Amino acid sequence: MSHLLDIHNLEVKFALRTGDIIAIDNVNLTLDKGEKLGLVGESGAGKSVTGFSIINLISKPGFISKGKITFDGDEISSYSDEEMRKIRGNKISMIFQDPMMTLNPVFTIGTQMIETLLAHKNISKAEATTIALDKLKKVQIPSPETRLDQYPHELSGGMRQRIIIAIALLTDPQIIIADEPTTALDVTIQAEIMDLLQELCKTDNMSLILITHDLAVVSQVTEKIAVMYAGKIIEYGLTNEVLINPQHPYTKGLINSIPGTIEPGGKLYQIPGMMPTLSKIPSGCAFNPRCTEKKEICETAIPEPKITDAGTMVACHMI
Amino acid sequence: MSTPILTIDNIVKHFDITGGFLDQIKFKHGKFQLEKTTVKAVNNVSLSINKGETLSVVGESGCGKSTLARVVMGLYPPNSGQILYDGKRIDHLSHKEMLPFRKKMQMIFQDPYASLNPRKTVQRTLEEPLRFHHPEMSSKEINNKILEIMEQVGVDTAWTKRFPHEFSGGQRQRISIARGLILDPELVVADEPVSALDVSIQAQILNLLMEAGQKRGLTYLFITHDLSVVQHISTRVAVMYLGTLCEVADSKILFENPRHPYTRALLSAIPKVGETSAKHIKLKGEVPTPINLPPGCVFHDRCVNANERCRTDVPVFTTLEDGTQIACHAVEENREIA
Ligand SMILES: Nc1ncnc2c1ncn2[C@@H]1O[C@H](COP(=O)(O)OP(=O)(O)OP(=O)(O)O)[C@@H](O)[C@H]1O
Ligand SMILES: Nc1ncnc2c1ncn2[C@@H]1O[C@H](COP(=O)(O)OP(=O)(O)OP(=O)(O)O)[C@@H](O)[C@H]1O
Ligand code: SF4
Ligand SMILES: [Mg+2]
Ligand SMILES: [Mg+2]
Repeated sequence: MSHLLDIHNLEVKFALRTGDIIAIDNVNLTLDKGEKLGLVGESGAGKSVTGFSIINLISKPGFISKGKITFDGDEISSYSDEEMRKIRGNKISMIFQDPMMTLNPVFTIGTQMIETLLAHKNISKAEATTIALDKLKKVQIPSPETRLDQYPHELSGGMRQRIIIAIALLTDPQIIIADEPTTALDVTIQAEIMDLLQELCKTDNMSLILITHDLAVVSQVTEKIAVMYAGKIIEYGLTNEVLINPQHPYTKGLINSIPGTIEPGGKLYQIPGMMPTLSKIPSGCAFNPRCTEKKEICETAIPEPKITDAGTMVACHMI
Repeated sequence: MSTPILTIDNIVKHFDITGGFLDQIKFKHGKFQLEKTTVKAVNNVSLSINKGETLSVVGESGCGKSTLARVVMGLYPPNSGQILYDGKRIDHLSHKEMLPFRKKMQMIFQDPYASLNPRKTVQRTLEEPLRFHHPEMSSKEINNKILEIMEQVGVDTAWTKRFPHEFSGGQRQRISIARGLILDPELVVADEPVSALDVSIQAQILNLLMEAGQKRGLTYLFITHDLSVVQHISTRVAVMYLGTLCEVADSKILFENPRHPYTRALLSAIPKVGETSAKHIKLKGEVPTPINLPPGCVFHDRCVNANERCRTDVPVFTTLEDGTQIACHAVEENREIA
């Protein structure tokens, strides 16, 4: 069976003056039609770079150094810029961590939506306006007609995020990559936006890659989860299975350090130390200096991924 | 009951954001007139904090939490109302009269990147408040104190000569906490001290704050929008919406039985690990701006329980049997709440 999206042995490097650093190290992920995948991990783990590499938007001096990405049977990682432009923002849309990567402050919402459509579809301006309005309604923006004439700064954060989702939806993409789509928003608005994304996956059979550091959000929205640490996926499986029955010491630590999992006032579990910078990744398992379960082998050998009985992939010597 | 360590009494804080003279000229009803634009950030907020407790103020972005904290610290003068510390009024004191209170009250800021002076070493950051407030201390005493506090907050004592940019976000926040604690304050106002940090680092800092609180008998005014953090650390919780308090309750009571419609919506929206269902209470409309405050209850536009009275009368605090203070007509009238 072939997957809608298949990331195979992906490696991304940044060519720095001091030498190449590996930001994404042998990452394997798949996504099927209608499936929702959560990509989690600490700041700097490589979540955004993974997202960017799918649509070939890795910023200089980064490049894909190994592996391949196939979408709908085509190897898109070997596409030219020209070919990629037909996919990006069309069949695969990305909601960027930084809203200003989507919204241009000097153009109205309407102009931005219509230009996006005209760039990808052979339709008239009137048709484009109709589609734009339709998408604004879909994301439940109050009085969509007036929004078309407004500028990004005239909208609240929650409304701006809905507009960004509406723009991502314009071309009826098969996959949406949403990079921290609600991090800047309040819980009540976050809950509404997450409802909306889930609803869209259901009604339009759209697939979602949700990038976030919030395990609770992933728990509510996605079926599969991949936990990243220092550029590698260290645990990958069904969300319910991984969050309720975590196998990797890092995943366990992450879950235990969330307030709310223990009695109020109690001492929270803390993972000692912090994630290494990419230029100083420890030998063996990258997590070993912070790991409470480590053995000698962890300092020398990189753990091979193993599959548990529950079907979870775990990269840890102790499994 | 003993005097609260801090009393916030009917505080109002508005900001004039009109700008220049030309911005003030508006054409209305057929003639030109001058009009000011004010942000009504905090409106008639009253709250008291008892010694040794952790009181958290929660609410959505822009509801006035940081403004309230700054008024408490004397960083903004209130438009009206009073701040009492140990029963003594402090909001109208001169800089000099305020000094003894500055030592007792310390603030920890949200952004570990912006709150430390990039040109000062850790040593200087920690030394300056000591030299200023304790001119009697010798250099040796000061150095000992610095080493002691650095050990307490878990920053390597070999790093005193380093600058902020040489530290990670978590380490910087530890240094700001060290700066907040070095004068042995009684009250610490912490404005989102862990919001910018990853969970694994957040846990380290929360443990540190709770431990310091117990060891030193500190009182915390804790500001945050993260409700899981609030539930974990608070004795009492004050819920704020658009510059107004809607519910103040014992933390356990609030999380078990939120009664204000806004509190209920807020708590129902917290995602929890291991819970797939999203049956949160949906609010109507959008958050209004604090420039044009709605009449009546500030929450009425978004509240499914609002009736005519809610649209015209401002609800005032009533105290329920368990001590919960709540400002809601529906609760007061014993109406069924959705
Ligand atoms: N243009 C670049 N040049 C050099 N290194 C880069 C560049 N962009 C990203 N990196 C590095 O790649 C690593 C992964 O970054 P990425 O943005 O994917 O992290 P992330 O998991 O999305 O973190 P966050 O939660 O903070 O968004 C980081 O160590 C980062 O410093
Ligand atoms: N110095 C200022 N001048 C003008 N307006 C201000 C000033 N400080 C705050 N405000 C306004 O007052 C309101 C309350 O802001 P405040 O920073 O207190 O909110 P907050 O609850 O701390 O929000 P957040 O969770 O985003 O930090 C906002 O509308 C804000 O724009
Ligand atoms: S491989 Fe070893 S060091 Fe790494 S997480 Fe597993 S047990 Fe810990
Ligand atoms: Mg990112
Ligand atoms: Mg604030």
